Amino acid sequence: MDDVIVVAKVSKVYASERGPVHALDRFSMNVKDGDFVAIVGPSGCGKTTLLWGLTGLHPFNGGNAYILGEEVDKPRRDVGIIFQQSNLLPWRNVLQNVYFPLEIMKENVKDYEERVKDLIDSVELSGFEKHYPRELSGGMQQRASIVRALSYDPKVLLMDEPFGALDAYTRDEMDTLLLGIWAKTKKTIAFVTHRIEEAVYLANRVYVMTPRPGTNSAIFDIDLPRPRPEGITMDQKYFEIVAEIKRRIVKDVERQKEEGVYQSQAYSTVT
Amino acid sequence: MDVYEKQLEEEVPDFEEHIPEKHGAFDISATVSSVKIHGWKQVIGIIAVAMVVLGGWEILIRLFKVPEFVFPKPSAIFTALVTSFPNNYSHFLITLSELVAGYVVGASIGLFLAAVLTQIPYLEKIITPYILLLICTPTLALVPLLMLKLGFNIWPRIIAVSLASGPMVMINSVTGFRRTDLAKIALAKSYGANTFQIFKMIRFPLALPMIIVGLLVGGIFGLITAVGSDMVGGKIGLGNKISYYSSLARMAHFFAIIIMVSAIGISIWIIFSRIGKKYASWQE
Repeated sequence: MDDVIVVAKVSKVYASERGPVHALDRFSMNVKDGDFVAIVGPSGCGKTTLLWGLTGLHPFNGGNAYILGEEVDKPRRDVGIIFQQSNLLPWRNVLQNVYFPLEIMKENVKDYEERVKDLIDSVELSGFEKHYPRELSGGMQQRASIVRALSYDPKVLLMDEPFGALDAYTRDEMDTLLLGIWAKTKKTIAFVTHRIEEAVYLANRVYVMTPRPGTNSAIFDIDLPRPRPEGITMDQKYFEIVAEIKRRIVKDVERQKEEGVYQSQAYSTVT
Repeated sequence: MDVYEKQLEEEVPDFEEHIPEKHGAFDISATVSSVKIHGWKQVIGIIAVAMVVLGGWEILIRLFKVPEFVFPKPSAIFTALVTSFPNNYSHFLITLSELVAGYVVGASIGLFLAAVLTQIPYLEKIITPYILLLICTPTLALVPLLMLKLGFNIWPRIIAVSLASGPMVMINSVTGFRRTDLAKIALAKSYGANTFQIFKMIRFPLALPMIIVGLLVGGIFGLITAVGSDMVGGKIGLGNKISYYSSLARMAHFFAIIIMVSAIGISIWIIFSRIGKKYASWQE
């Protein structure tokens, strides 16, 4: 299978008032066609920076990134992005929000009506098409934003802690929903999260990033069966994998502390 | 029991952060009460108050035999409104066309300047003091000067109306266009939106509630200026009729004109609050 996303030693340095901030340092990653990859790491390690770099809105300073064989330098039609917040437009109802990307791409909305209807059904939002975002719960808003990202049928989905703002129960529900969508649509997904449990439950492969500056620490291939029932999160094997990844992150932090380069992110504003 | 306690009984408040809206020169939110009362109860209340006030007014004036030149009876005002309407109709139309023509020109320029200037911060900083000067200077004071140049017709009045309403529209729209939501702009850009699409689909709808406030306030300021210019300019217009009837102490006719002027003002308010309800209610 071809690699749909290729990230080769990308770096990103932000200018801040207190001098340059190294957010990302020579990070590399490959994602195969139809694969589900999660990126985890401590707060502020550059996960979000990596994903925003891949959107083409927020270019890297060094290294190269390719999506479907083309270098990323601007937003692409075959990439869908799902943000931390649903980011729905409050003056549009659910259906109008879903059509928003299509309108910008000057597509004929009529051609997508059926597809959008199926997507809305699959995230259980039918009956809410005419509702405005303020009338929906956080989980429903985020489901609407998933439909919006899928409406124009991109090959790749970039997800930046999409369920981070939701409560624990809704989050678990959304994870299961996402796995269902992935199984059905066969999208290639890069999923950023700080929750290791979520990453292990969802992904085929987990990339661990070191604390800032974020670079490759380890890669874990998650050897859990597919399809994964929700109950899998109570299995011994699942816990072992989660624990192993946690140990890895703790070790990275300790190593950085010994070298005296660790910057606590507890007060950081740059993520 | 106060209103909020009552509301709390009926609904659980949400604990989301509600950022107070930054408004421009004026805010219409005070006119839209958040407390819901049954429609018919409200209508009956308003009508009852009107009947008591108008009836009491009529009775008191008849009782104390107040002469009309001091204060007219509501019934006399109504009669004057109906009988003088054929004569005053043309003046009504003149003031209305001064308002509409001046307002359309002023508001369009104001809106256009706001949209363009917010894109160029340097120009905005240079031009803002002059706009503030226009807002703070009563444009009525310029009417005599404009008349010297343009004559005793409606042109100086149209210019005065546009000078009064344009800056009001502009200053409120600038507040609207300054609202930027980076996340939403990033969203649009991720789909490949160009500058015009971002303006049309993000920045304009985001600014719209404030633009509507500006259009409303600009309309009311335009009306004030149109009537005032009539008074200064003489010969034609409702404002001129107000001066004329008051100089003859024909108070019933005087009040009849006032009613015509308020009718224009109330229409402006109704038009824009309807528009606001339709296009800006997402913000509540």
